[in-house]
Amino acid sequence: MDAQTRADAAPPPLYATRLKVYPRAVKGLWRRVKWLALVVLLGIYYLVPWLRWDRGPNAPSQAILIDLDGRRGWFFDVVIWPQEIYFVTGFLILAAFGLFFATALFGRVWCGFACPQTVWTDLFMLVERLIEGDRNERMRVDRAPMSAAKAARKGLKHAVWIAIAAATGGAWIFYFVDAPTTLARIFRGEASLEVYFFVGLFTATTYMLAGWAREQVCTYMCPWPRFQAAMLDEQSVIVTYQKWRGEPRGKHKAGDGWEGHGDCVDCNLCVAVCPTGIDIRDGQQIECIGCGLCIDACNQTMSKVDRPRDLIRWDTLADQQTRESGGSGVPWRPVRPRTLLYAALLGIVAAVMLAAFVLRTDTELTVQRDRSPNFVRLSNGDIRNSYAVKILNKRQSEQRFELALDGLPSATLGFIGAEVEGSGPAARLVVHPDAVGTFRVFVTVPPAAAPAGSRSVEFSVRDEAGRERASHDAVFVGPAR
Amino acid sequence: MPTKIEKDVLSGQDTTGHEWDGIKELNTPLPTWWVYTFYVTIVFAVVYCALYPSWPWFTGHTQGLLGYSNRTELTRELEAQAKGRAAFVDRIRVASLADIRKDPELFAFAMAGGRSAFQTNCMQCHGAGGAGNTGFPNLVDDDWLWGGNIDQIYATIQHGVRNADDNSRQSLMPRFGADAILTGPQVAAVTDYVLSLSGHGKASPEGAKIWQEQCVACHQADGKGNQELGAPNLTDGIWLYGGDRDSIYRSIFYARNGSMPAWGQRLDDATIKMLAIYVHALGGGR
Repeated sequence: MDAQTRADAAPPPLYATRLKVYPRAVKGLWRRVKWLALVVLLGIYYLVPWLRWDRGPNAPSQAILIDLDGRRGWFFDVVIWPQEIYFVTGFLILAAFGLFFATALFGRVWCGFACPQTVWTDLFMLVERLIEGDRNERMRVDRAPMSAAKAARKGLKHAVWIAIAAATGGAWIFYFVDAPTTLARIFRGEASLEVYFFVGLFTATTYMLAGWAREQVCTYMCPWPRFQAAMLDEQSVIVTYQKWRGEPRGKHKAGDGWEGHGDCVDCNLCVAVCPTGIDIRDGQQIECIGCGLCIDACNQTMSKVDRPRDLIRWDTLADQQTRESGGSGVPWRPVRPRTLLYAALLGIVAAVMLAAFVLRTDTELTVQRDRSPNFVRLSNGDIRNSYAVKILNKRQSEQRFELALDGLPSATLGFIGAEVEGSGPAARLVVHPDAVGTFRVFVTVPPAAAPAGSRSVEFSVRDEAGRERASHDAVFVGPAR
Repeated sequence: MPTKIEKDVLSGQDTTGHEWDGIKELNTPLPTWWVYTFYVTIVFAVVYCALYPSWPWFTGHTQGLLGYSNRTELTRELEAQAKGRAAFVDRIRVASLADIRKDPELFAFAMAGGRSAFQTNCMQCHGAGGAGNTGFPNLVDDDWLWGGNIDQIYATIQHGVRNADDNSRQSLMPRFGADAILTGPQVAAVTDYVLSLSGHGKASPEGAKIWQEQCVACHQADGKGNQELGAPNLTDGIWLYGGDRDSIYRSIFYARNGSMPAWGQRLDDATIKMLAIYVHALGGGR
């Protein structure tokens, strides 16, 4: 039998009450790395919308602005139009492969150091610690009955949390609207309903997720911990407890020898500092976000009991397995098929994106032939085709284009559009800054020159300096003979 | 009811006591707060049912306390849309057709509005692209029955052709054969003459004589027609009712008097202006 039967026991509950985690403050290298990541990442998040960028009078002066109403993405001197959304897709693909690559090398570094859930939870825990004290004091106060002092501390904590959450929600909306004017409007009560809604939404979610839900987001809600195992292997560097060194664990009195005693003195500090409340000594667990705080905690204890550091350390499972069976460990192999594959994919996507970006033009031409009717016979017998021509001017200045047609020698061009200067071969198509100019273009040929069926032609636009800026293929259709 | 709660040796977890063909289910307790979100959805459903139309009833359905309906919502959206357009529509109403064509903003609006009105009201006869059909003039070419400058196009749309409108385009070609003004052979002779005007075949002296007597009043001596009377140009290659001998014979024998509604009685003036701009820009406008 591989199971013990407990026939008479009451059914266990199907729902579990959350065991509140009271992470204890810790000092050390990885804590400092986490503070650094927090300052850098939050700095980027809160400050980037305030970067100004001069683009002239008719364009926003915010360096990074995703203008959904105006349908433009402003990134310094690069303006992304809606049809270029593939640049955003490309960045997301790069981010995904970057995440796979980092995970294959270093396990859940994203979760432990860079994930917004981790960063904001860290910030909220700092506030909690500054106001309510460290682990033991928080546990004591939580057990004590409600008092004025307790209520004041709790109230202050939540007030600060909500203030941070509101700043977070505010900063989010500033990526989509002009930051300084919107901030003023928010406080004057003049901002749009959408602005208030999204500030409110992100305030509420930040407060809920970083203040209340915390590690439950990682354990229950986030899909990433569930499938990141597919990127990990025995050569990934993860947080490991060196069981072969630590066991048998137990209390150790100063002065006693270490024979028959593992290095783990069972001080439980690694559990106390863990933001997800797990015991790393139980081995790999889905709750572990790989933040390395237990390494700092254990090193504190190891230096106190004067044993070698790094009983809990960043290491590969392969290394630990050989050490556990008495070997001297295996060197880390960062170069392996998995990491090579991810690096190659990263390189390919980056190269494709770079090529697309370099080949990107500030003028685009699209030509669509009217198909109803396919062609028109004029009263003098001439054959005419009509085209809807659109010229995209991505520059911040007005452009005057000359439209030319190749492949139909005897054709004459006619234009309809309020923004056509002149007529015939001297016509100039005026396109406003950062806008699309729409024109109807008529191409007429004498009956003798009309092709039987369709013929490929090419439209092109030249700027005033005579340089070709863009071209587009089309066909001219004549009556079948 | 689960009966055999066991502790799984491998995972150290309890089972739920459920067993299907020897497969047992581990009990992995859900967080309690998660259960509350299910209760919240139930409360949401109850509140929703009270506020919005939801339950079928013998006489229709429950109306909900908010009185919401898709139809009023749509009406409101259409009104909001009309309000958004009002600024442009008002400007189009007062501006002259020539001024609209010079103003890039108004022109773009008129083209879009004219296109939309054309697709709703005009394409049934004139085709989606304005290419027309037998009996329904092609609006894309440069041949016009009643004139192709923008004011003439506007007037034709406004008052229509051969209808009850006081100002509609009026003219009537006699039914030369059917009303026995000409005999069949005479119609055939003048048909040959008409064909010869566009360089097809030779005409007989009899055909030329009948042409002089019966046709020049409207179609002019040279056959180029008269747009005042909607008399088509017979010398070009464009034929509303077909340019083959049989079609032309029928046109003379029975006459053709197509008509078009007076859109001024159905559409507002701004829409007709936009239609005139759009049709004029289709390619044939003069």
